[in-house]
Amino acid sequence: MKKFLAMLLALVMVLGLAACGENTPTNEAEWPTPLPREARDPIEKADLKIGLICVHDINSGYDVAHIDGLTAACEALGIDVASQVIFKYNIPEDESCYDTAVDLAEAGCNIIISNSYGHQSYTMQAASEYPDIIFVAATGDTAAYEPVVNTVNAFPYTFQSRYVSGVVAGMKLKELMDAGTVTDPYVGYVGAFPYAEVVSGYTAFFLGIQSIVPEAHMDVTFTNSWYDPTAEGEAANALMAKGCVIIGQHADSTGAPSAVQAQFEAGKTVFSVGYNIDMLAVAPDAALTSAQNNWSAIYTPILEHMISGEVMPADVALGAENDGVMISTLGPNCAEGTQEKVDEVWGKLKDGSLKVFDTANFTVDGEKVTTFMALDMNGDFVGDIGEAIVDGVFEESVIRSAPYFSLRIDGITELN
Amino acid sequence: MNNKKEPLLRIAKRDLLPWYNAYGIRLAAVLVSLVVSGLFIFAVTKLNPVAVYEAIFDGAFGSPRRSWVTVRDTMMLLCIGIGLAPAFKMKFWNIGAEGQVLVGGIVTAGLMRALGSSLPTPVLLALMAVVSLLAGALWGIIPATFKAVWNTNETLFTLMMNYVAIQLTSYCVALWENPFGSNTVGIINQKTKAGWFPRVFGLDYGLNILLVLVLAVGMFIYLKYSKQGYEISVVGDSERTARYAGINVKKVTIRTMAISGAICGMAGFIAVAGSSHTISTSTAGGRGFTAIIVAWLAQFNTFVMILISLLLVFLQKGAIQIASQFNLNDYASQIITGIILFFILGSEFFINYRVILRGRKEAAK
Repeated sequence: MKKFLAMLLALVMVLGLAACGENTPTNEAEWPTPLPREARDPIEKADLKIGLICVHDINSGYDVAHIDGLTAACEALGIDVASQVIFKYNIPEDESCYDTAVDLAEAGCNIIISNSYGHQSYTMQAASEYPDIIFVAATGDTAAYEPVVNTVNAFPYTFQSRYVSGVVAGMKLKELMDAGTVTDPYVGYVGAFPYAEVVSGYTAFFLGIQSIVPEAHMDVTFTNSWYDPTAEGEAANALMAKGCVIIGQHADSTGAPSAVQAQFEAGKTVFSVGYNIDMLAVAPDAALTSAQNNWSAIYTPILEHMISGEVMPADVALGAENDGVMISTLGPNCAEGTQEKVDEVWGKLKDGSLKVFDTANFTVDGEKVTTFMALDMNGDFVGDIGEAIVDGVFEESVIRSAPYFSLRIDGITELN
Repeated sequence: MNNKKEPLLRIAKRDLLPWYNAYGIRLAAVLVSLVVSGLFIFAVTKLNPVAVYEAIFDGAFGSPRRSWVTVRDTMMLLCIGIGLAPAFKMKFWNIGAEGQVLVGGIVTAGLMRALGSSLPTPVLLALMAVVSLLAGALWGIIPATFKAVWNTNETLFTLMMNYVAIQLTSYCVALWENPFGSNTVGIINQKTKAGWFPRVFGLDYGLNILLVLVLAVGMFIYLKYSKQGYEISVVGDSERTARYAGINVKKVTIRTMAISGAICGMAGFIAVAGSSHTISTSTAGGRGFTAIIVAWLAQFNTFVMILISLLLVFLQKGAIQIASQFNLNDYASQIITGIILFFILGSEFFINYRVILRGRKEAAK
């Protein structure tokens, strides 16, 4: 009996290890080609029913941006939010997202939106079972290559608003340095995860700062959570203790700006640049501005496509020229002339004379970047197809809507 | 002289109540809890409590699909409860179901990813079932052996084993993350459905129901009519008596925890292969703890457990529905669930004890 048990245990360990060790996804030799998409039947405005799956609730700025964006889009199109939109809050990035999506489908929704990257796989599963319903995985990246054509990915050009918020921070940094208050242009950044979405964001933010203060340098810490007020606050405190003067963020709570405001009140020269929502409510003195996504600009064309029945694109990505991105009201402590500078930069971004990821403006390991493959098709985390660099500019969110800028440029250090 | 004033309330142990009285008290508790949460709902939200209760029902049984999800989750909770029953009957405080479910889920997900393209689904399913049983059993045997040999505290030990399993799960999620950056394993074998439960009797969750109900009947018979079941209840009532009667307590402890862990591991297999097709820490999602309530409230009667699991899942689904329908946040609905559970658990007190007012005769019942 004992021998038998011992053998069984050994078997479990071996099988368990074998299962854990296996990490090579099935390697398809040929790249899948996107399926052709066709026009759908138009849907009367009054018959439109929309489901929005939110990863958190109204306490998270990121979700508020989606809720407000969808509400504004509906109001602009004359869709009654109260009776035609179902909001689902606090849906984790696991099978409950699939359950929720199916539940919304059964409730009669003809378009279902999930707002977090981790929702995507589950939303796509539901999409394969309900071919007549459009499923939008906001911030997702697989819609074009799904075996079904009722899927959409959407992402605004967040890197543009990050860049402009970086310009605001740079103006402040320059003012402080000119006044002699600050000698080291040291910037801190509280990021969520070390993924392309965050890397793209902090790089754009940093390039915005460098456009004003070329000698600036930046440290990034990751909290490994999209929403964790405590961890974000602690990360900000650690960065400020190291001497950071500006704290940027790519995580969804008000943890970092609150921590910066507390240090500001304690007499430190520190300022915060937020994300998603206006941070002046929690950091009235320390907040300079926040980079914001205008999801109504994204949701409006998607809903218009639903109503008209036109061919639904697999990716929807819009930037400054379509009001897809913006920054919040400038805080009272912004440097003199910031508004003028901001208007100028927006103007250049809109007319195309300024490109955020111009390879002339950054180096990787001391060298200019000349080629970058955007899409990883076989799961080895290295891009295989889709040249992103065209005429010396890294074109973000063009090959697909979700960000793919994952280069680690010089001047930025990831601390963890 | 006795100057001591008689207290206003005294409690005394009750004789065993006839089952219909006991269930009467429980039913009354549920009704009172509904009234109290109704008052809470009205006080806080000014909503009509009846509308809220309708929404709760709608959340659990509002559409055929919702009913099936409710049944599926009930089966999951029930399966863990069945797993816990022998351990708790032996008074072995197995707080580790969460971890046992997770290790069962991890090996299932691992095999599904690794062998999905090379083994036919029935063979793969059988393999996953066996390996998840063994993994769960291992997770149960470790604390049981320590308890049997060195008399360690099983409550802490099993609890700590949960954290090991949770970290293991997080590790595997990071390892198997798909797509990269999503912080989730995603749906495994989404295109091929290899290693997924097939439809049985034309039902999506037919096999889940079948497996768990077989386990329920089996465990009922095992505990009530088998020699081993009798040994469990003797060890649970008094270890010394058991030793005196010649029962090998060590052996019974380890064997029972192996069974308990194995069934919990099996629950992990059912969760991964039979419903979620993914793995994350929410594969167990606190059910390992909720199932303790299920096992105790049912007093290890697996058929009563069906009802209690259903009630708990019903409340949980209802809570989600009222949160979305009335724009309350989750906490409000969790308070309602909390109130209802509080009354149900509290009613056990009135079933086991009676309260005597000052001046009443002891004999008056």
